[in-house]
Amino acid sequence: MEISKITKETLINLIKEGKRIDERKLEEYREIKFELDVSKNAEGSAMVEIGNTKVVAGIKIDVTKPFRDSPDEGVLIVNAEFLPLAYGEFEPGPPGIEAIELARVVDRGIRESEMIDLKKLCIEEGKYVYSIFIDIYILNHDGNLIDASFLASILALLNSYLPKIVKKYDEWVVEYGQKTDKKLPINRIPILVTGYKLANVWFLDANLIEEKAAEAKISIGFSFDKESRIHAIQKFEGLINFEELEKIIDLFEKKGKEIKKILRI
Amino acid sequence: MYEKRFDGRAFDEIRPIKAEIGVIENADGSALFAFGDTIAIAAVYGPKQLYPQHLQNPERALLKAYYDMLSFSVPERKKPGPTRRSLEISDVTTKALEPVIMLDKFQNCVINIYIQIIQANASTRTAGINAASLALAHAGLPMHDLVCSVSVGKVGDKLVVDLTKEEEDYKENGVKSSTDIAIAMLGKSKKISLLQLDGNISKEELLKAIKLARQACEKIYKEQIKALKQIKQKWV
Repeated sequence: MEISKITKETLINLIKEGKRIDERKLEEYREIKFELDVSKNAEGSAMVEIGNTKVVAGIKIDVTKPFRDSPDEGVLIVNAEFLPLAYGEFEPGPPGIEAIELARVVDRGIRESEMIDLKKLCIEEGKYVYSIFIDIYILNHDGNLIDASFLASILALLNSYLPKIVKKYDEWVVEYGQKTDKKLPINRIPILVTGYKLANVWFLDANLIEEKAAEAKISIGFSFDKESRIHAIQKFEGLINFEELEKIIDLFEKKGKEIKKILRI
Repeated sequence: MYEKRFDGRAFDEIRPIKAEIGVIENADGSALFAFGDTIAIAAVYGPKQLYPQHLQNPERALLKAYYDMLSFSVPERKKPGPTRRSLEISDVTTKALEPVIMLDKFQNCVINIYIQIIQANASTRTAGINAASLALAHAGLPMHDLVCSVSVGKVGDKLVVDLTKEEEDYKENGVKSSTDIAIAMLGKSKKISLLQLDGNISKEELLKAIKLARQACEKIYKEQIKALKQIKQKWV
């Protein structure tokens, strides 16, 4: 869907005055709601709503062989599906480029912040490690899928329990249906914030039509242990200059801290 | 502590650049770009009619970049065909190049850019973008500017330009201690058209690294211009 020129003009006229179509402030998010354990069979799961954007993320854990270049580390895999039920223009079939990019940016934000201590997910070095699958499903698309997906993923990880494993015929396997009381080893909690630019004005948490009108988009992943650290950046479409970047990093950082506070994580 | 670079370069020094135009005779435009032993070639085909027809846009041409690596370009054989990684790089490459081409000059058309990595030692997407930018200019497409791309990052506690694979995988006491930032900037306006980061870095260091990238891009821009001026003219 391309938005009409008149809609885009309206958005531009509003944004130039610092206003938005749904009367939010430029840096204001829509209401964020979440629900945990939406699926009993998942090792952990969370549904996140940002306004009308609705995303569910689930964690499944298995035992696999580690990668050759990290024989003592657990495996982390992120996948995202843009379900056709979520939006008229999502089509059935394997993930398209947008879904792949979203999954890879979420992956980077989690992996590079070392949110999960992958070394503690080693069972037998070089032979058996836990593999963590984060599967993200978009249930309703009203813009800013990436922030919602990231929040759903970290909430699901925080509420995951390792499954029971047993040695069968000399091989470690998961005994599904039996969870342990052991949570995932968490080092810190990262947050991803995405900003959009229209008519040289930056704003956060775009809804669907704002997102379609936006001329530039960038996501930044942070952690806030002792000091703020940047772990992931992805510039999507558009151009950004140095001075803008300097300003928006501060804005995103402030917002990231705020979101953590709101969610009490 | 990372005191001296593995290959002896200064911290803000890029590997020797090689830029050549017209390496693929059949293409409408083509180029090779290398940072030391990271070598990329790019070929442009188009503008040509876009099919299937429902994708045609009467207002502007569609630009599509395809990035991939030859199976033997990396130490461990890469299975031929697109991967999630190559699809993502194709997408960000398209977005890095889009702003400089006057796509509104062409109706219902597509411009395809095919990028192949012949030999990889990190910074492949940036070499690919530099090659593609040259290939687009070689194809004679109307452009606002060239795109210059380089990787910068933090290895140990040092900010460095044009990372090698060894630096990308740098570890201190068994812990990964490397941040990799891929940047593309427009040659004249220095606006950023590609920015990707993964690692662990503070805001101040990031901004410093971008400034280093800016200096490096100036050098790359000069090399690109030089290469373009050497295009051989056919007289018969």
